[in-house]
Amino acid sequence: MSASALEQAKRRNNARAWSILLILAVLIVIVFIVSMNTGYTRLSPADVLKTLFGYGTEKQSLILFEFRLPRIVVSILIGAGLALSGCVLQGITRNPLSDPGVLGINSGAGLMVVLFVAFYPSNEASPVFLLPVLALIGALATAGLLMLLSYKKSEGVSPMRMVLSGIAIAAAIQAAMIILTIRMDPNEYQFVQVWIAGSIWGTTWKFVLALLPWIVILFPYVLFKAKTLNVLNLGEHLAAGLGAPVGRERLLLLAAAVALAGSCVAVGGAIGFVGLIAPHLARRLVGSRHETLIPASALTGALLVLVADTIGRVVLQPSEIPTGIVVAVIGVPYFLYLLAKAK
Amino acid sequence: MTSTLESASQETPQVRSRPLTAALILIGGLAALAFGLALSISVGAADIKLSTVWEAVFHFNGDLTQHQVIRELRMPRAIAGALVGAAFATAGAIMQGMTRNPLGDPSLLGINAGAGFALAICFAFLPGLPFGQVTLISFLGAALGTVLVYGIGSAGRGGLTPVRLALAGAAISMLLVALSEAISIHFRIGQELVFWYAGGVAGIKWSQVAVMAPWIGAGLIGAMLMSRSITLLSLGDEVASGLGLRIGLAKLFGSVLVLVLAGASVAAVGGISFVGLIVPHIARSLVGASYRWIIPCSAVLGGLLLVFADIGARMIHRGFETPVGALIALIGVPFFLYLIRRMRRETV
Repeated sequence: MSASALEQAKRRNNARAWSILLILAVLIVIVFIVSMNTGYTRLSPADVLKTLFGYGTEKQSLILFEFRLPRIVVSILIGAGLALSGCVLQGITRNPLSDPGVLGINSGAGLMVVLFVAFYPSNEASPVFLLPVLALIGALATAGLLMLLSYKKSEGVSPMRMVLSGIAIAAAIQAAMIILTIRMDPNEYQFVQVWIAGSIWGTTWKFVLALLPWIVILFPYVLFKAKTLNVLNLGEHLAAGLGAPVGRERLLLLAAAVALAGSCVAVGGAIGFVGLIAPHLARRLVGSRHETLIPASALTGALLVLVADTIGRVVLQPSEIPTGIVVAVIGVPYFLYLLAKAK
Repeated sequence: MTSTLESASQETPQVRSRPLTAALILIGGLAALAFGLALSISVGAADIKLSTVWEAVFHFNGDLTQHQVIRELRMPRAIAGALVGAAFATAGAIMQGMTRNPLGDPSLLGINAGAGFALAICFAFLPGLPFGQVTLISFLGAALGTVLVYGIGSAGRGGLTPVRLALAGAAISMLLVALSEAISIHFRIGQELVFWYAGGVAGIKWSQVAVMAPWIGAGLIGAMLMSRSITLLSLGDEVASGLGLRIGLAKLFGSVLVLVLAGASVAAVGGISFVGLIVPHIARSLVGASYRWIIPCSAVLGGLLLVFADIGARMIHRGFETPVGALIALIGVPFFLYLIRRMRRETV
């Protein structure tokens, strides 16, 4: 193939990737609008519009501004954050099974929740603000322990060692959780199980504000490192040969992935597998260049969680299905379809 | 080019292995396993002397309660532990070789998730089913998981590549786990499920051992017969087919073996699949990269690990069974972490 033909093919691929990004963004906007309309109290599109511009009834603006909007925004942020985290992890470890769960983040946060529920007298009001903080501490502590264990002075952090250690730590934490929960009071157990299944329960503007800075800062950072991720993806020796300071770059990116996943898990429960599936979906859609893969992952993740949360709210009214479950039920079949279709 | 390929296919490629260490592990491991079995029979809610154990096994006297406890409760439990441990570890070794992924374990074939899903359905819609039938249904669940993973993994062009198998496995497991979570949250049976699933080998009867032993035995023999093919697969699809292996067939057989070994075990004792992840790594770091040695050593070490962990599970908190899977994870993890840390860069 001549150089100009190659150039042309590349441009065509790029154009395709950008149009897919655009389509994803449009889909998010559409679901956003639908999600504002649906819920326990239905609001018609006209009502939503009126309320958005300040002409709704008091009840309508309460529902829209205090319940639905923050929840929708949180869903989008969590989806984007977890997907970004997974995308970075899959890039630096070069293992397709990597996701935030591999870092032990979900289980670290989960263990804190279990400990809290097991040893704190059950009280409906108190956990709302304490739990996300505890979950974040658990996630960060686990990730810190993992870094410590997989760091070697002579070699830095080897990705394979990190993934294996992460799985091992997650297994140990889950074992501890089983021992703790097996004799728990059934109601407490139910709470823990719903949390672990992943339900977005941090649904006030406070949580939006807590989550937003992480995403706003780390998304551009990760995007800025797209070229580095492309190089790291070629493998360690090749990357070093191309002049990338492999150890340092990897550590920084890893820290970004941990921060993203930790903050999202703290607010959204263990919806970790968005981080596994969204980057893979994005890769099948736009290819594996990180310049387009990163935004595509973020959009796919956001869309997935937003759709899942909307469905979870509606299907079994008035009770809700944990978002994590809906994510799996709608995400997996599509993923499998793409997998079977792929060359 | 053709001639070098032909000459290469005559002999097995050179894979680093240490047969002497392996032989030592096999002999020492079997001796330790025999001791472990005896110990496992003698300790429990009431301790029984080792000499009594000997008598109960070889000169059984039906009038003595101790002999009856040994024959009816402790022996099946100890033997089931050894069998299941060996089965999980061997299945894990096959998975790691076949998928060329160090994270491979039987659960990646959808076995655990499938069994868990079947259990959730059982508990939610058919409560009060007898034990044997629950076991059967959960084996069917494991088979369903495997068939889905294998079928979807090998659909489409290019067939069953290691990456595709791993991804299909992770995705299907995710889906089945989500569905069982939904069922268990809706019907509030989560805790019961965990209890069953983490239950381990406690309360196993001869009838169950008799059902699973032939399957596991056949699976272990099959794994030994397949060990050369697994070694070839672990070198990569291209190398393996270049050396004359029919990779599609080999992967099919491998998956069936994993299903038989791990499926029977999961159905009988629940998900202790962490054994399947760590033991092959331990075996590999001891005996090298040839599956001819990794597989038997994994079997012996897996049996050993489970038998001793089960003893521990009874001893930690007397009168209360600590879930043995949880215990294995808690003991196994630090050792596994040490092992990972010690690995050299190329091998990790």
